[in-house]
Amino acid sequence: MPSTEEIKQRIEEAIPDARAEVEDWTGGGDHFRATVVSPAFTGKSRVQQHQMVYAIFGAEIGGPIHALSLTTRAE
Amino acid sequence: MSESENPLRDAIAEAIRDNETILFMKGTPEAPACGFSARTSACLQALGAPFAAVDILPDPRIRQELSAISQWPTIPQLFRNGELIGGADIVMEMYESGELAQTLGVETPAQAPEAAPAGADPAPAPLGVENRLG
Repeated sequence: MPSTEEIKQRIEEAIPDARAEVEDWTGGGDHFRATVVSPAFTGKSRVQQHQMVYAIFGAEIGGPIHALSLTTRAE
Repeated sequence: MSESENPLRDAIAEAIRDNETILFMKGTPEAPACGFSARTSACLQALGAPFAAVDILPDPRIRQELSAISQWPTIPQLFRNGELIGGADIVMEMYESGELAQTLGVETPAQAPEAAPAGADPAPAPLGVENRLG
């Protein structure tokens, strides 16, 4: 089961200059909420920004990670 | 588009193409089976925006094929004119900013409903897309 720290690290490693804050939304270890800020999001739509984050986790979302709620910003 | 080996994926792609606004959700707008699906369909209903709804629960392959098409892992998923608008987070954010009404070409309601708008007009009957996907 992934931890908030692990999810944060994987996002920050995968997306250039990303800063991520991850919280366990329900305390159950499978619903997470993340805020990700990266200049790599500049010029991309929200859907594209979220797809970049979802792509890191692939099939884990819907599996061990039941839900990953996202807020993304380019600034 | 030529016939592929995947009739279910073709049926989903066709539903996305043929319906101006289409929501893939868990359950139905009248009886949503997940809070995220409930909130997303409530936004559309609050705006009085006509939309087709597909319940993905009856067959797990629907979700698999949908996510393969959209590159989006979670449900719900809202499409407009063949393009993914987003999931629950994005739809809620756009609803609150008024952007959703604009995208869907409807008037912004005078007041934002707190939760599911109980008094709102029911959405038009969802199209029978799920029957074709079954």
